[in-house]
Amino acid sequence: MTEVSTSSGTAENGVNVQALLDAREALKSAPEAAQFTWRASSKWQNGVHSTTRVQNFYGLGQEQSHKTETVFDADHPAVFAAEDNGITPIEYLLVGLASCLTAGVASVAQNRGIQLRSVESTVEGQHDIRGILGDPDVRNGYNDIKVTFTIDADATPEEIEALVAQSQKRSAVFDALTNPTNVTVEVA
Amino acid sequence: MANSWRHERWDSLRLLTPNWQTDLPGYAYAGPDPDGYLTAVEVADLIAGYAAASAAPVRTGTAVTSLRRTEDGYAVVTTAGEFRCRTVVLASGACNLPSVPDWQAAVPAKVDQLTPFDYRAPDQLADGGVLVVGASATGVQLADEIRRSGRPVVLSVGEHVRLPRLYRGRDVLWWMAASGVWDQRFDELDDLDRARRLPSPQLAGTPERRTLDLNALVADGVELVGRWAALRDGRALFSGGLRNVFSLADLKMRRLLSTFDEWAERTGAAADAPDPYAPTGVPESARLQLDLGSGEIRTIVWATGYRPDYAWLDVPVLDGRGRLRHEGGVVDSAASPGLYALGLPVLRRRKSTFLYGIEDDAREIVGHLAGHLAGHVAGW
Repeated sequence: MTEVSTSSGTAENGVNVQALLDAREALKSAPEAAQFTWRASSKWQNGVHSTTRVQNFYGLGQEQSHKTETVFDADHPAVFAAEDNGITPIEYLLVGLASCLTAGVASVAQNRGIQLRSVESTVEGQHDIRGILGDPDVRNGYNDIKVTFTIDADATPEEIEALVAQSQKRSAVFDALTNPTNVTVEVA
Repeated sequence: MANSWRHERWDSLRLLTPNWQTDLPGYAYAGPDPDGYLTAVEVADLIAGYAAASAAPVRTGTAVTSLRRTEDGYAVVTTAGEFRCRTVVLASGACNLPSVPDWQAAVPAKVDQLTPFDYRAPDQLADGGVLVVGASATGVQLADEIRRSGRPVVLSVGEHVRLPRLYRGRDVLWWMAASGVWDQRFDELDDLDRARRLPSPQLAGTPERRTLDLNALVADGVELVGRWAALRDGRALFSGGLRNVFSLADLKMRRLLSTFDEWAERTGAAADAPDPYAPTGVPESARLQLDLGSGEIRTIVWATGYRPDYAWLDVPVLDGRGRLRHEGGVVDSAASPGLYALGLPVLRRRKSTFLYGIEDDAREIVGHLAGHLAGHVAGW
């Protein structure tokens, strides 16, 4: 943990901003170390239920590992005539978006010397399921996603708005959802 | 002389700075319209007039094809022979070539493509829809005049800098100068890299002194879409992050205008009451893709920025991204003693790229250059 003193005071949000700034500086002369590969391995269980495990990734020039493996169950709810062994895959996108933006808010606040007391958000994705059921005129994915933050911090409403705007600007998941990405799916 | 102003931009272009601020050393504007904005041709004439008044030994019609080190200085190869010199000031600017994304080559052939270097006026465009890519000064100006020609215009908007033309009764660039923003030095800025990459503000120098922000364009009937992120199967795919680029621009504008207010309060400067302004209106549903094969869009205008042309610079002073390595205009002095730059974004101050902004930079650079010629150790 680190404390960053700025003109607006000293904040302690538990984000090691100095380490991140140091990393940014170090990666300027070693861009190859910045190339990360994130991985997940998935296995069909039964019906539309699958289990996905995440532990290893690659970065800073070598294999890396989380402290422990995390296992995610994905399924569909009873209204889809499924067993509901876990959340639906498209809900995982909401998990990713909310957690990424929240991490961004905390990091930007730390960097700007803003003390946070609570950061809560709700995420809603509007989804017309006729697409996945085969209607060619309806897209498969979300039509619209809305995130609503409620933030209590030592900052003006304008500073809080700026935190949320900057967290979107630097969010990996916000980018992945709002901009197209090449996706290759093949059979090994 | 002033070739890019005379030959490489569109017909209606005017300077963004008001005439009273268009002030070269010892050569101030003395015409009848101090609050107006020079046309591109008038800017070219101004520069030619300044060259005559200062009796500078200008060699017109002479292109530099190579600049390289010699034992005690530089060899400048031109279309009119070779020159030798001990010092060189690179003043060719940052806007020599259009900067367009790689995928322009994959745009369907039946869609015409223009950059600000070949666009002149709306009547040169095919009838039909126009996609203007980029919403900085160039993009908003071209979107506006093309829309006024009656053509449907879609404007692709990424991060941008929103500014009102007038604030509290004065030109916004008056505020930038008077409050000291333009004088902020390169070595005082928190993030110099970001300041140097800042897109040009959404401004136009019209006789009506009109604000040309996205709300004005939407009121004219321009359709906004997000940043053009990719071209796939003949379809332009736009970012869904439009709302956030609006928020960022609105927040930054509000912050800048409040620094003006604070400065006015502190100094007692005379100004009208603060103007209200509406946040940038978010379209109910911005399109995320556009089929370029459908015939809806007949022309794409790339207003995606400019880049410098250093093809002739045979001195190893560019970084991995093709940018000149310099410290406040002193080019990487180990590799190139006696090499200087002027007129690049935030070279030494925020105003470095403005006609009137060059004077302070030039004075300091020439001071360093004179010291170099006199054999002093480099340094300030």
